[in-house]
Amino acid sequence: MSENSENVDASRAPRRIGKPASRVSRLFESRQLGWAAFAIAVLFPFVLASNYAMSIGTTAVIFILLASGLNIVVGYCGLLDLGYIAFMAVGAYTSGIISKAWELPILFTIPAVLLMCILAGLVIGGPTLRLRSDYLAIVTLGFGEIIRLTANNLAITGGPSGIYGIPGVSLFGLDLSGPVPYYYFCVVVVALMVLGSARLGKSRLGRAWRFVREDEDAAEAMGIHTYKVKLAAYIFGAIWGGIGGVLFASHLSAISPQSFVFLQSALVLMAVVLGGMGNTRGVVVGAVVISLLPEFLRDMGNLRYVIFGVVLVAVMVLRPQGFWPSRAYEPDLPPAVKDDAGGGPDAPVTTAKGGTP
Amino acid sequence: MSPLLEVNELQIAFGGVKAVNGLSFSADAGEIVSVIGPNGAGKTSAFNCITGFYKPVSGTVTLDGADITGKRPAVIAATGVTRTFQNLRLFPDLTVLDNVRGGMHLYGGQNFVDALFHTPRYRRSERAYTDEAHRWLDFVGYKGGRGIPVRNLAYGQQRQVEMARAMARKAKLVLLDEPGAGLNHSEKRDLLELCRKIRDLGAAVVLIEHDMGVVMEVSERVVVMNFGREIADGTPDEVKRNPAVIEAYLGKEDEPGPDEAGPGGPERGES
Ligand SMILES: Nc1ncnc2c1ncn2[C@@H]1O[C@H](COP(=O)(O)OP(=O)(O)O)[C@@H](O)[C@H]1O
Ligand SMILES: [Mg+2]
Repeated sequence: MSENSENVDASRAPRRIGKPASRVSRLFESRQLGWAAFAIAVLFPFVLASNYAMSIGTTAVIFILLASGLNIVVGYCGLLDLGYIAFMAVGAYTSGIISKAWELPILFTIPAVLLMCILAGLVIGGPTLRLRSDYLAIVTLGFGEIIRLTANNLAITGGPSGIYGIPGVSLFGLDLSGPVPYYYFCVVVVALMVLGSARLGKSRLGRAWRFVREDEDAAEAMGIHTYKVKLAAYIFGAIWGGIGGVLFASHLSAISPQSFVFLQSALVLMAVVLGGMGNTRGVVVGAVVISLLPEFLRDMGNLRYVIFGVVLVAVMVLRPQGFWPSRAYEPDLPPAVKDDAGGGPDAPVTTAKGGTP
Repeated sequence: MSPLLEVNELQIAFGGVKAVNGLSFSADAGEIVSVIGPNGAGKTSAFNCITGFYKPVSGTVTLDGADITGKRPAVIAATGVTRTFQNLRLFPDLTVLDNVRGGMHLYGGQNFVDALFHTPRYRRSERAYTDEAHRWLDFVGYKGGRGIPVRNLAYGQQRQVEMARAMARKAKLVLLDEPGAGLNHSEKRDLLELCRKIRDLGAAVVLIEHDMGVVMEVSERVVVMNFGREIADGTPDEVKRNPAVIEAYLGKEDEPGPDEAGPGGPERGES
């Protein structure tokens, strides 16, 4: 998959050398765009506030969260995860079971959810991230099924019928469980989480993820412990998925193993790939399209799945790098910094001799 | 004082092929040691053993007196070793600056909490990463665009970026695997100059190079490898006169002079 997109980029390469970003692409990179997306999400209930529309909207927003979490694993770090929905299941069941058993407000279950997700990330990632990536895809696929089958067979998870009566969210005594308030709650949480994943992507850790994706050996040679870095991506992905699970459980107030089938993993992965791996904005767009397209096609009955499939295939053929792939550009330097370059590199090596880690 | 890098009786085999077979040599801080030898002599394999990409069957590698044999590459890197690869190993889809930042991972300076909340620490360290990346690009004499993906660069520029990335590690030991391969004459002159600059920073430079002119001009010491082990080790002049070297290179005829073995060098000594 990644090799394919590399080839596409390579064929375009010569045209892009040194070319300044066009006005359109500058618009697409602009910071205001995130705010614009947020504004659209906030204004949506003013256009359509039926319970049905709010439910679809909430589902789409949660789906965005899942896609931004999987983007950390697949997009940034290049680890193919075919069982991502398992982390959502872990989050949903953990918060569902705990909030019902102890009659706790659902938000109080979040520490336990985080803990369980980190554990799940360690348990599945620990052994498998030592494998090469093709094995990883198979193992994660299996893991997804194991989690679902476990939920299907345990008493504590309610077996095939799952868990009912999971409470809605209330915050500081304010009941947010109504369709519109809950939608807004999800919009805020997801906006913060999406911002978080974008920020992680632009940090030292995020760069390390990309280095691992691009060339694992070169990353190791630069002192990046690729195993730990991959595990970190996995755990962050697990946390994002787990929080998605909490929102999901509280939204539907009932969860069952059927909510966490492989198709769901595949859809989230599709959102990431379709939107543009590694680019948060693209992934958000991909998630919106994947979650809303079937709704727009609802009038067509079962034909909508066919159309959905055709649209996806068409996009992947025409634009294999996704709608909005991540684009590695950054400004060249303001000259002020270059001026004092003379003495620069001397200092570092002297410190290195003193034992830079 | 013991030398910075000490390689002792190193061995690695692939199936029946003993790629490195009892190699010993050393390198000191502030010197350039060239490793030469026919293709397949085991030079790259030796680098891979030193940097942890291959686990040697036997033998030891010590850095500053500490045994680093068979450790994980990232761990060895952290002790102060950096390298380039014979076939460029850049991060092709990332920008030039990001590639160089790759060499700075171990500087630290921020954690994920800083990144999530954009703390002052985060901003400061990001600025430092960028400034340093520019400095190292200046250091290697890189003139091209810096905010564009490296895959868009000409080959010679990609070599420079890899060099800048390796140098950004601020390592004590710099291993360069044929950095001159594929470069034109003037680029090669620049590379020579750069090797000297690196040495003058106080690092030990171990250089694999086929171009005898380059080797004789730039190195303090030359290690000649054949069949996985060193067959000569000394100053360029000593090595030039060494009968075993003359035999390996020219089949007992003549001295290898600076102008006799071109780039690519004597091919396939053993096969
Ligand atoms: N990963 C590997 N697997 C199998 N054989 C290898 C591997 N690496 C190197 N070799 C073999 O080891 C020998 C030495 O190769 P190399 O170290 O690349 O030589 P040089 O760099 O001196 O040209 C060659 O015969 C090569 O085929
Ligand atoms: Mg080689």
